[in-house]
Amino acid sequence: MTVHSFQEHFDSLIDKEVTIEPKDWMPDDYRKTLIRQISQHAHSEIVGMLPEGNWISRAPSLRRKAVLLAKVQDEAGHGLYLYSAAETLGISRDELYNQLHTGKAKYSSIFNYPTLTWADMGAIGWLVDGAAIMNQVPLCRTSYGPYARAMVRVCKEESFHQRQGFEIMLTLSKGTEIQKKMAQDAFNRWWWPSLMMFGPPDAESPHTAQSVRWRIKRLTNDELRQKFVDVTVEQAKVLGLDMPDKDLKWNEERGHYDFGAIDWEEFRNVVKGNGPCNKQRLETRKKAWEDGKWVRDAAMAHAEKRKVRAEDVKAA
Amino acid sequence: MAQQDITNKTEWPLWEVFIRSKAGLDHKHAGSLHAADAQMAIENARDVYTRRMEGVSIWVVESKFIHASDPSEADSLYDPANDKIYRHPTFYNLPDEVKYM
Repeated sequence: MTVHSFQEHFDSLIDKEVTIEPKDWMPDDYRKTLIRQISQHAHSEIVGMLPEGNWISRAPSLRRKAVLLAKVQDEAGHGLYLYSAAETLGISRDELYNQLHTGKAKYSSIFNYPTLTWADMGAIGWLVDGAAIMNQVPLCRTSYGPYARAMVRVCKEESFHQRQGFEIMLTLSKGTEIQKKMAQDAFNRWWWPSLMMFGPPDAESPHTAQSVRWRIKRLTNDELRQKFVDVTVEQAKVLGLDMPDKDLKWNEERGHYDFGAIDWEEFRNVVKGNGPCNKQRLETRKKAWEDGKWVRDAAMAHAEKRKVRAEDVKAA
Repeated sequence: MAQQDITNKTEWPLWEVFIRSKAGLDHKHAGSLHAADAQMAIENARDVYTRRMEGVSIWVVESKFIHASDPSEADSLYDPANDKIYRHPTFYNLPDEVKYM
């Protein structure tokens, strides 16, 4: 087959909603875009453990602590599913880590905000995981097989994350005046960054059309953001918390909530590396990787030694 | 399944993980992971792929030992089965009186 007919064959598979698998021919741009998108997601899971890790030792009860530990462990798992999906595209795990550590690859900018109080664990689960689920559910039907299968696994596990967060918010908002204030404060701080998680507005997202065509994106940034606002407003009512947006209003004609302007300047700044915790997050990751080197080397040396010993026994 | 040819010396080998979800079923591919040896691969597979009791048995095999068919040769590879519908029971017409066959 010529390159041209390879391309035609690929396009026809995409049009017929047939899944693309690692050994299938694919255009270079499809491969590159997938590596970028999947690894960015994997990095977000891994860096996403840090803001919550901050509260494991200070969780208010054993139950909360066990739950938070399980959630953070899930995030490590999600990072691993996604890294191995990215590896099927021909990039090594070391190179993926290297791209994160050198700042070449990005992760979700939401994790560059600090977790100041216990209520932040609630707000993150409820809002950040809620926004992530909104993003991820359509990706269970994405065109690339290993990615879609990883997302199915991720989505199955993610819904407990959101519920545990909502439960924390509910407990606080039904608690003392101080607890309720704490919940509202966390909501205020995490609301806008959560809306930014869906990425820049469609008009400024030039690759959206291509990604939708390839089925590696199934809904646009603005569509997902609107969906998220609509469901969250109703949930906030149950919590009895105020939406941190004075422009929020039901729009009868559109059948959706209108919401205030997002500060995209702040978003760009955090992405560029100037958020409150960018430096700290990256340094923590790099340190963990470097401090773990002797363990990785020792395990490898141990495995080699055992292999040689087993061969010697066989030979004798 | 991942491509293994890009692995370097410092990176732990890549393993494919297969999980039996309950007694009586076959092992099914769950995903892959890195580990220094088979024992570590099984322990990591437990933590990565069975955190919610998804399995009762785990197989791991180093990815480099897996050989796969070439998707671009699928047409010719599966061609012999294409015209043999008589291998399916529905190919045969039975009189209505015949029950339970």
